[in-house]
Amino acid sequence: MARLRFDSTTIGYGQKPVLYSISLAVPPGEVLGVVGPNGVGKTTLIKAASGILPPIEGRIYINNQDLNRLSPSERARNLAVVPQARQLPEAFTARDVVLMGRTPYLSWFARESESDHQIADEVMVKTATAHLADRQVGQLSGGEQQRVLIARALAQTPSVLLLDEPTAHLDLKYQDEVLKLVRELALEEDFAVVIALHDLNLVARFADRVALLSDGRVRNVGEPAQVLTPDELSEVYGIEIHVSSHPIHGTPLVLS
Amino acid sequence: MGKEKRKTSADGHPSRIQGVRSQSLTPWVWTGGGLLVMAVLSAAIGPVAIPPNVIFKILLSRLSFTAIEVDWPSTFDTILYQIRLPHTALIALTGMALGASGAAYQGLFRNPLADPYIIGVASGAGLAAVLAMSAQWPTTVLGMVTIPAAAFTGALITVGLVYIFARVGRTTPITTLILAGVAVSTFTSALTSLIMLLSTDELYRAIAWLMGGSTLGGWPPVLAALPYLFVGLAVLLFLGRPLNVLQFGDEQALQLGLHVERYKLVIVAASSLVAATAVSFSGIIGFIGLIVPHLVRLLWGPDYRRLIPLAMVTGGAVLLASDIVARTILAPRELPVGIVTAVIGAPFFLWLLRRAKQVRFW
Repeated sequence: MARLRFDSTTIGYGQKPVLYSISLAVPPGEVLGVVGPNGVGKTTLIKAASGILPPIEGRIYINNQDLNRLSPSERARNLAVVPQARQLPEAFTARDVVLMGRTPYLSWFARESESDHQIADEVMVKTATAHLADRQVGQLSGGEQQRVLIARALAQTPSVLLLDEPTAHLDLKYQDEVLKLVRELALEEDFAVVIALHDLNLVARFADRVALLSDGRVRNVGEPAQVLTPDELSEVYGIEIHVSSHPIHGTPLVLS
Repeated sequence: MGKEKRKTSADGHPSRIQGVRSQSLTPWVWTGGGLLVMAVLSAAIGPVAIPPNVIFKILLSRLSFTAIEVDWPSTFDTILYQIRLPHTALIALTGMALGASGAAYQGLFRNPLADPYIIGVASGAGLAAVLAMSAQWPTTVLGMVTIPAAAFTGALITVGLVYIFARVGRTTPITTLILAGVAVSTFTSALTSLIMLLSTDELYRAIAWLMGGSTLGGWPPVLAALPYLFVGLAVLLFLGRPLNVLQFGDEQALQLGLHVERYKLVIVAASSLVAATAVSFSGIIGFIGLIVPHLVRLLWGPDYRRLIPLAMVTGGAVLLASDIVARTILAPRELPVGIVTAVIGAPFFLWLLRRAKQVRFW
């Protein structure tokens, strides 16, 4: 059973479609990489999947429920979004930020309970951010901030994880670290993961399947080696692209 | 992963990471102590000085059944009960309302320059209050209860207008917020002046009221303000957690499961109710709602669960202090407290702005 499913969904802003008739399904434990040229609608796809952008046509299902019929808190219990780290109010501590992942479980005037704190502690251990708990997020490195945001998402105890360019502005080391963590979490927690990335080589290494977006449609979905081919990529990106094989990982290596 | 060994305490639960969250009492001692000291000074200082120890004795003699030897002039009782204490209470409540609502507006607009005065809520509430007062000058508690209701309506209309005009896409930038606030408050202030000119017999006290001198004496305004402030402040005090979530922006807040529009509506209603009540009985007093939350944030961090109560208490203390200055600096003349808060507040705010460039505390 797919955790997250787009069923001939047309997505856009107002009545102006950006993506037409999208059909995708992400089963538990799978990392789906979403790639495509700038402006093709990767972020729009993530927004729609997160429920904050209702589809123009068609439906999106999360655990077989219509995403846009759920309340914000019901959605956030099923599905968590990891945003880019540069949109953080910097004076909160890492623990404060992680605890905000418990928001969908708290009613109007409620405060975090002992069990909420325990969940926050556990997810900080999982994401190796426990030692940062009392530091202000503004003082953390980009990689650390991103891990704190992943911890916040885990604190929502979701079954679907959405990530929008989580490695933008990160050094190579942190890119690797963050994506490895996401990869491990998908396997360990049986999450369905959708990750929008512009770096094709990272997608090739860390995604189980890739959806290549082009001209407002899903041009191709499948394993990285099937989708990231020189012909397809050259056509979509409009320049000549070569694909060889990563010397160590054996995954596709994309070169322009 | 795996680098962090999970610490396990004796009962098998993972132990709290990095110790217990520091819940320092220091800010409460400072702000609470400040409020208490200022309240006593406010009651003590005036044309007839009542020493603080006599104030305590008078209060004790009223509260307890044990006989306390009366070694003070009997006029002290009257002055304290009928003039000083209600005035002190009203000023303290006004300051608390301005501090708390300023903090809430800043959090709501995610904008460090939002306060009831700058975004025009105060003048909108003022206009509605003047309308209500010029219809009939209130003398009883019941008559006074209607003023905050009118002011609240005015405040909500103003904040709605400012919000609509200030919004650019999905954000409320500082510049447009201030411009919209200036435009709307200039407009409402002009209308207020016009109404005052037309109803000449009430002109003097209306102007004094508008400039921040409470001209309604005695306990009735305090009693009339209490229910509104109780409701509004209680809501604000409990909404610190969602206000924290809102600091991540509407989009993230919504993705975190916060019903953003509902929460914003309730926060705007509560802060406008509180600010409107303050305006109704103490006139338009600037800068308290701006500077107090700033100061508290600078000293004790941006967590709205602490920021709102601390800004509330500090607001009370600071306005009491300003009021003491207003009553003594040109004694026997009493200045409207709004002049004092503006004279002290504006330079202080400019200093804060300069500082904010170096230390990013927002």
